[in-house]
Parts: sequence; C-alpha cells; structure tokens
Amino acid sequence: METSHIVRVSNVTKTFRLGKIEVSALKGVDLEIGTGKYISIMGPSGSGKTTLFNMIGGLDKPTTGKVFIDEVDISQLDAYELAWLRCRKIGYIFQTFNIIQVMTALENVTLPMIFAGVNNDAAVEKGIKLLQLVGLEDRFRHKPFELSGGQQQRVAIARALANDPAIILADEPTGNLDLITGEEIIKLLKKLSVDRGVTVISATHDIKMLNVSDQVVWIRDGRVDKIENRDELSISIGQVEIRK
Amino acid sequence: MSRIDDSRVKRQVVLPFAKSLEIAYQNIRVRFFRSLITTLSLLLAVSFLSFVRVSTDVANGLLGTGDPAWREQLIQAGYDLSPEDTSAGSSPKQRWIIILSLAVCTVGIINAQLMAVTERFREIGTMKCLGALDRFILRLFVLEAGMQGVAGAGAGALIGGAVALASALARFGTAAISSLLWIDVTGSIGAATGIGCFLSLLGVLYPAYVAAKMQPVEAMRIEQ
Repeated sequence: METSHIVRVSNVTKTFRLGKIEVSALKGVDLEIGTGKYISIMGPSGSGKTTLFNMIGGLDKPTTGKVFIDEVDISQLDAYELAWLRCRKIGYIFQTFNIIQVMTALENVTLPMIFAGVNNDAAVEKGIKLLQLVGLEDRFRHKPFELSGGQQQRVAIARALANDPAIILADEPTGNLDLITGEEIIKLLKKLSVDRGVTVISATHDIKMLNVSDQVVWIRDGRVDKIENRDELSISIGQVEIRK
Repeated sequence: MSRIDDSRVKRQVVLPFAKSLEIAYQNIRVRFFRSLITTLSLLLAVSFLSFVRVSTDVANGLLGTGDPAWREQLIQAGYDLSPEDTSAGSSPKQRWIIILSLAVCTVGIINAQLMAVTERFREIGTMKCLGALDRFILRLFVLEAGMQGVAGAGAGALIGGAVALASALARFGTAAISSLLWIDVTGSIGAATGIGCFLSLLGVLYPAYVAAKMQPVEAMRIEQ
C-alpha cells in the first residue's frame, strides 16, 4: 500500500564540536514516516534520539544528509519559511510544557493563530473549541500557575493543534508527569491523532507509549537500531488504572 | 539555491502591533518587582538630571527679576555665577556627574535586561517554535523597555523637578516660584524624560538582539 511520507530523513549525520572534541550524535540515519501515523522514537540517553528529533522538527540542521518535510528540503528554507513551517505545519509539545506564564490558557492557545494571521474573534472561538477538546473548557481563563502539570500539558496539546498542523512533535511529553496523568495524556494524543489525521512523532523514554504507537523506531548509538510496527512489538504493556 | 514557490511552504507570519503591546505590557505587569528594580535605577538617575535642570531654571528665573540681591543669594547657595553672568548654566563638574550617573544607570539597565533575557530563554524558544520571527522577539523586548523607560524616566523627572522646586521654595521663598518661567520647567522635565527613555531603549538593544537570535531549540533545554 502506497503511503505518502510526511517526513523523510535521508542519510543524515550530525557532528557536534565540543571544544576540541568532535561528537558524532547521528551516524547515518534513514527514516520514512507515513502520514497520519503515531511514531515513537525510543532510545537511551545519548543515543541521538533528541538530535534526530530536532532534525525532524526543523530545529537543527544536519551536518550531511537531508530532511524532507512533505517533500520539501528544509535546509533550503530561509528564516521566514522556517517560521511559517513551525507556525502552520508543525505543533510542538515539550517535556516542560512551555506554556507562556504571562498568558491565560486561552491566550496561549490562540497565540499561534495570531502568528498565522487569524483575526482575534475567530481565534478565540477556535481556541475555546480546542480547549473543550482537551477537557479544559472551564479553565480557559486560568494562568499556568493555576493549572496542574497534566492540565498545562493539555493546554500545550491544544496549542499544538491551533493551526491544524500536519505533524505534532512531542519531546518527552510525559517526562514531568506522574503515571496516571501520563497515561491520560498519551490516550489524549492518540485520540486526537486518529480523529484529526495528524502524524504524531514522539521522542520518549516512556514505555507506556508503546501501546498507542503504530511504529516504534529504536535508536542506539546514533543509528536506527530497528523499526518495529505495532503488530511486531515484542513488549506489551498492561493498562495503568486507578485502583478503586 | 532554488526558491520554494509551491504552495507547500509560504512565508507569511505576523504579529499585530497592538498584540505585541499587549504582550509587552503583560510581561511587565507579571514581573513587576523585577522591572521595578530596572526602572528604579533609571528613576534615580533621571531625577538627578531633572533636579539639576529645574534648579538651573529657578536660578534663571531669579536672575531674570533683575534684583541683585538674588545674585548674592544664588552664589551663596552654591550656584556657579560670575558677576557678569546673566543666566545660570551647569558647571563642567555638574555635567560630568550627570553624565556619569546616566552612564552607570544605562550599564545597569543593560545588565538587568541581559539577565532577563537569559532567564526567559524557554519562553523565547517556545515563541520561536510557534513561528515567531526574530524581529517579533526584538519588538517585544524593545516595547517592554520603552514602557519601563516612559514610566521610570517620567516618574524620575517629575520627582526630581518637585524636589528642586521644594528646596528652592525652602531656600529662597515664594519668589523662587513666582519668578519661574514654567515653559522652562516643562522643557526641563520633558527633556529629562526623553533622555531617560532614550537610555532605556539604548540599554535594551544588545540584550534584545541576543533574545532575537536565540534558537528555537533553546525551548527544550533542561536546566540541571
């Protein structure tokens, strides 16, 4: 079956220079990510997982090789085009939530829409709908310090969806959350991905992600170790539930 | 290098000016005490400048009455007047002290703003990830500094002027106020405010540049 590839990583290497030492973070990665899939990139610390993640998200440029987002070589994009890409095509979710502290939940969600040129009323209307989608309809006037970690991450998810992106990039989305909240966030991400046809690419340590992933890319030592599809996954995780 | 013209990637990202004003204002409001410290140093330096200028205006007002008794009193009060002088000006020593105090204040502003930028790396990186252009970030910081400048310099100029008038009243009596040319005083206070605003903007230029050039990947940095 022919699936279009929303992200294509072609023979990418990345070398960092730390003083006099050269560190090879990625040693030749080839990867193709199908549209609408839920992909988890897993690997130990120092495996190059975050570096690869940053490449895919257009946050860093490869030393050699190319990264294509929707068949567009992102190294050829100028600053304006990259900004547009980040605004419209990609939604980011961070481990530290990164909700802007001086703005309310609604203002956070509408900010990407402001950048996209959406007028204020339309943005507010859509923002409220998105917050309803993530279960925060009665908290849209709250500031981040009035929200729990899980609620802040929900705001982040709503914000990531603001401009109907094609890709959501989640960097350790459950890293700062407890088990139950983390499980809720993962379920929410999966549901939204399925409902809206958004490709979710998540770099994570969290094995709870395995349940919902269509594909798991294992990274080790700067290279892709193996790619497992859902049905081939050799670990299966039970559900995390609240003991009644 | 081929330009991307197909509809897959465009270039239009905007931040309306009114919205950037709103964000800048909220940023100051939330970080009130921190911005108070930056503003305080400006307030003190500008109030000194304003004090000196308004005192000079008072002296000129008194000299303008033509009464020689005032000349004596002014010289006794410490104004630098030679017998033929028809107007008071600031002495080189005074000018030097003012320039130094404004310079110290500006350096302090640069320092405080740099610290603020470093502290807010995550916020700046996140905004870049949401699609903000470099110049949006620059604009936000410049607007913040402008608001702080107007508030701090304005308050400082008024306070300095008020202190100058109060001490003139105490020393020379009501003649000091009645002989005053209010247009001079308004000019002095206005100039002091303007200089203060200018310095606030000058002090933020380098830190705002640093902020604008921050990479989006900074949003992901975990502080150990």
